[in-house]
Amino acid sequence: MLTSMPNHKGRYGDFGGKYVPETLMAPLEELEAALDEAMQDEEFLKQYEHDLKEYAGRPTPMTFADKLTAELGGAQIYLKREDLLHTGAHKLNNAIGQALLAKRMGKDKIIAETGAGQHGVASATVAAKLGLSCKVFMGEEDIRRQELNVFRMKLLGAEVISVSSGNGTLKDATNEAIRYWVANCEDHFYLIGSVVGPHPYPRMVRNFQRIIGDETKEQMTRNIDRIYACVGGGSNAIGMFYPFLEDEVELIGIEAAGKGVDTPDHAATLTKGTPGVIHGSLTYLMQDENGQIIEPYSISAGLDYPGIGPEHANLFKTKRVRYESITDDEALEAVKRLSRAEGIIPAIESAHAIAQAIKEAKEMSSDQTIVINVSGRGDKDMATLMEHFTEEGLK
Amino acid sequence: MMKQQTLFQGKLTREKDLFIPFIVAGDPDADKTVQYALRLQEAGADILELGVPYSDPLADGPVIQKAAKRALDAGMSLRKSVRMVPELRKAGVTIPIVIFTYYNPVLQYGHEAFIADLVENGVEGLLIPDLPLEESEELNVRTKEKDIELISLVAPTSDERIKRIAEQARGFLYCVSSLGVTGERKEMAPETLSFIEKVKEHSSVPVAVGFGISSNDQVRLMREHADGFIIGSKIVKLIEASLELEKNENEQAGLTFFSDELRKLVQE
Repeated sequence: MLTSMPNHKGRYGDFGGKYVPETLMAPLEELEAALDEAMQDEEFLKQYEHDLKEYAGRPTPMTFADKLTAELGGAQIYLKREDLLHTGAHKLNNAIGQALLAKRMGKDKIIAETGAGQHGVASATVAAKLGLSCKVFMGEEDIRRQELNVFRMKLLGAEVISVSSGNGTLKDATNEAIRYWVANCEDHFYLIGSVVGPHPYPRMVRNFQRIIGDETKEQMTRNIDRIYACVGGGSNAIGMFYPFLEDEVELIGIEAAGKGVDTPDHAATLTKGTPGVIHGSLTYLMQDENGQIIEPYSISAGLDYPGIGPEHANLFKTKRVRYESITDDEALEAVKRLSRAEGIIPAIESAHAIAQAIKEAKEMSSDQTIVINVSGRGDKDMATLMEHFTEEGLK
Repeated sequence: MMKQQTLFQGKLTREKDLFIPFIVAGDPDADKTVQYALRLQEAGADILELGVPYSDPLADGPVIQKAAKRALDAGMSLRKSVRMVPELRKAGVTIPIVIFTYYNPVLQYGHEAFIADLVENGVEGLLIPDLPLEESEELNVRTKEKDIELISLVAPTSDERIKRIAEQARGFLYCVSSLGVTGERKEMAPETLSFIEKVKEHSSVPVAVGFGISSNDQVRLMREHADGFIIGSKIVKLIEASLELEKNENEQAGLTFFSDELRKLVQE
C-alpha cells in the first residue's frame, strides 16, 4: 500500500534512504526515535493542533471559484486556500511541527534552508514564537529575487546566511545548511522545508503537511475528480495527495518547465530527470551523464530545485500521480487570470498548478469537480510580477 | 584485535604510521595530478586517496569545493579519474590507490561496470563518503569479490555504531576527527584521542584519522595515537600555492616548494 510507505529503511519503493556522511547517521537515528515518540504522545499532538488552529489559522477555507468556473465552462473549480495561512503559505504547517519537536528534543537552535523564502519566513516565525534561535541559509540569487522575504526573516529576528556557491539558489543553500548541520549536529536541529533529504525527513514533513489533504477531504462534500498541486521539492503536493492515495481521484503534480522543457532552463525533474542521489535521498534529479547535478531554472524560486521528494519519485514510477509541467509564461498568465477572476493573487509557484488546471478544466464536463491547492499567496512575488507585467504594458 | 592480513592486495607495506594524502584528480589538470602524486609518494605516502570532483560535495569544506570546481571546469569525471590510474602507474606511482567519490556518479556509472573498471585500471580501494553502512551492502559484496577495499568511516557521533562499523572494516578505518566538513582545524578536540582509542579497540584494520590535520604537531600526535593520518585540504592548499608560484616563476619552483612544504608537514 502506498500509504504504508516508507519502510523501516526510509524507502518508498526504490527511492529514499539515507545517503549521508557517517557523522549524520546517529543524529538521524536520534531524530527518528524522538519523532516516533512525539507522534504517539497526545500532549505533543494536541500542542501541534492547537498551534495550527490558534496561531496559524487552520483550517484554511475551501473556496468555490465561481467566476473562473463560469469563464472556462467546464469542471467545477475549488481552491484550497493555503495562501491564507499565517506567513502566506503552507510551509508553516511543517515548521510548527518540526520546531515543536526540536524544543521537545531540547534543541533550541534551528537551521533552515530556503528558496523563495517562504520556508525561511515560516522557520523564523516559529523560532520567534517558541523562543529558538534561527539561522536561515539562502542562495544569493534568491536573496536578490526575494528581497521582501529576506527582510521579513530579519525582522522576525533570524539570521540570514547568504550562500554564493553554485547558482546561489535552493540546492546550494541546502548544501550549505547540511554542511553547517554536520559541524553542529549535537545542539542544532535542522528544520528541512520540503519532503526531501535523508530519512526520516520526507516522512516527517509529509506527516506535518497532510493536514492539507485531510481538511480537503472533510470540506469537500461532493466527489472530487482531480486534484492539482505544484511540485518543487513537493511538500504541498504530498500534503494534499497523501490522504487521497488510496481513493479514486486523479492526482496531478505540476513541475516548473521554466523557459520550456526542451531548453536547458527548466526545473522539470520528473519530466526530464533520471534517478540519482541528492541531499541524502535516492530520487529523480537533473544531472549530466557523469552524475554531476545540473543547475535548474524557474522564475519561481520555490520550484527552482534539481531534485524532488523520494515519495513523488515513487508515485511517478508507479504512475499513481500524473506529473505535468508549466512554463514561466503560462504560470505568470495564470497569476493574472486568478487575480482578475477571483480576486486572489497566488504565489508564482501555486500558479503552476492553476495553469495546468485551467488547461484541463475547460475540457471537462460541468458535473466534474477539481481542487487546486493554492499553496501560497503572491505578495512575495510583487517585484517579479511588476517587472514582468510592466514590460507587458500592464498599467 | 588481530590485524587483518594482506591489506590492499598485499601492497600496503606497513600497518603503522600510515601517511594517506588526498588530492583531487585533475586539479588543475591530469598531467599535474601525476606530478603531485609522485611528489607525495617521494614524501613517504603509503596510500593515495584520489578524489573525484563532484558538483555537490556535502562532506567537503571550501578548499576542496574549490579544487573540485577547478577539476570539473577542466572536464574531469569519475570515468576519467579511474582511467588516470594507469597513467599514475606508468609514471611510477606504486602505492595503493583509493578512489574517493560521492555516490551519485557511481550510481550513474552502474555498480557492475564501475567495479569492473576499477579492477581493469588497477585500483585497490574505494571510499564513498555519503554511503553509510546501511546503504553499502551491495557494493560491499561486489568489492569484496574483486579484492577491492571498501573503506568505512566512523565519526565522533557514531557511538554504538563504532563496533558494527569497525568489525566489518576493510583496508583501513577512516576515523573522522571531529564534527564538520573537511578543512583545517587549528586544534584537535581533546576528546579526539579517547575516540581514537575506542575505535582501535574494535578495529581489525589500521585506524587512520582525517579531517582537519594541517600541521606537523598534529601529524606527530597522530603518529603517536593512531595507525595513520589522512591529509586533504592542507595538501590541496599547498597545490594551490605551488600553482601560484609556477605562474610567477616556473614549474620547477612550484614543485620544489610543494615537496619542501610536504616534507616539513609530515616529518617525524
